[in-house]
Amino acid sequence: MKKEWPLWEVFIRGQHGLNHRHVGSLHAPDAEMAIKNARDVYTRRNEGVSIWVVESKHITASSPSERGPLFEPSNDKVYRHPTFFDIPDEVGHM
Amino acid sequence: MYAQMVKSTGEGVKDLKEMSPEERAFQERIDRGEKIEPKEWMPEGYRKTLIRQIGQHAHSEIVGQLPEGNWITRAPTLERKAILLAKVQDEAGHGLYLYCAAETLGVSRDELLEKLHSGNMKYSSIFNYPTLTWADIGAIGWLVDGAAIMNQVPLQRTSYGPYSRAMIRICKEESFHQRQGYDIMMKMAKGTPEQKEMAQDALNRFWYPSLMMFGPSDKDSVHSAQSMAWKIKINTNDELRQKFVDQTVPQAEYLGLTIPDENLAWNEEKGGYDFSEPDWSEFYEVLKGNGPCNKERLGARVKAWEDGAWFREGLMAHAEKQSAAKLAAE
Ligand SMILES: [Fe+2]
Ligand SMILES: [Fe+2]
Repeated sequence: MKKEWPLWEVFIRGQHGLNHRHVGSLHAPDAEMAIKNARDVYTRRNEGVSIWVVESKHITASSPSERGPLFEPSNDKVYRHPTFFDIPDEVGHM
Repeated sequence: MYAQMVKSTGEGVKDLKEMSPEERAFQERIDRGEKIEPKEWMPEGYRKTLIRQIGQHAHSEIVGQLPEGNWITRAPTLERKAILLAKVQDEAGHGLYLYCAAETLGVSRDELLEKLHSGNMKYSSIFNYPTLTWADIGAIGWLVDGAAIMNQVPLQRTSYGPYSRAMIRICKEESFHQRQGYDIMMKMAKGTPEQKEMAQDALNRFWYPSLMMFGPSDKDSVHSAQSMAWKIKINTNDELRQKFVDQTVPQAEYLGLTIPDENLAWNEEKGGYDFSEPDWSEFYEVLKGNGPCNKERLGARVKAWEDGAWFREGLMAHAEKQSAAKLAAE
């Protein structure tokens, strides 16, 4: 069996002013073809104004088993949210 | 459905108490409605069943292009041709979303295609029927995409994240498919007597194969029970078939067409129609490869794959050469 085309992750900016968002993946021989294929596969109905592609093997992901150590430290820092502070009504909008 | 008779572990659903701690934690996440993501722990049976189901679904989208593709060059107007082309292109997209979802479970695209080509993986029985007239293109959009929607809408809530996201994307596009089919049927049904007859003939031929898409009754199947516990199947085959019939009968009445079933009757008590079962022996024959177009469909897929080999390899070789040249220049 011959070599498969590599896998690319596709990110699309839906509208001006928004972040690129991951929408899925596809196979393509190179970056240029990946963009062309992404246009056909993921933006057939005006879903985007810009496309990023990156070869999947270049993405480093946090592992699901590290979820605790990674994210729990922020759980007990409730004072990071504005609702932690009681501001009297008389003060007005803040 | 697009995935018919998918086998799970075959062992039936385990009680929470019988499960290993990992399995129990997994099942409890599913019961809470959490999504399972690719790198997370999952039972081997869940992974394998999903590969079978998503793979079969992807194959159906791809093979499903063939009966409709037959009419692209013969569409009655340029507008119909453009619409059909867009619809068939969507189906290619659906296949690609689903192959990618399956690949997150650790199977490669080439492996999936090899299994389709060797007959080890199936695609939906419905695509082994021929498209003899233009009205068949109407009947397919109306009935076949209609039946697919019945199954795909609940699957948007499936437990496996990549599958669920693919389904959400697909469902957004499907209603165009069904409407363009119904639009063709309306035109034909209101046309000349010959056109109306063509529409009726298409309904006659596609009615029972559409009912077969949901698969035989699975209310007693251990596979289905396990798949439902894992939330990779949401409704029983009979529930979906009933919903499909209840939705479709008034649509046929509006067209002035007759559903080819003498036993079709409204049942006040159950709040749905009574209807005849399709001929399940025909269904099993089609699954075995003996439907009217099985050889043609699979033959077309294998030919496309083999004829495209030089092209896939050529582009890969070019890409490798380019990146080597780029590296050397740096
Ligand atoms: Fe589709
Ligand atoms: Fe469709």
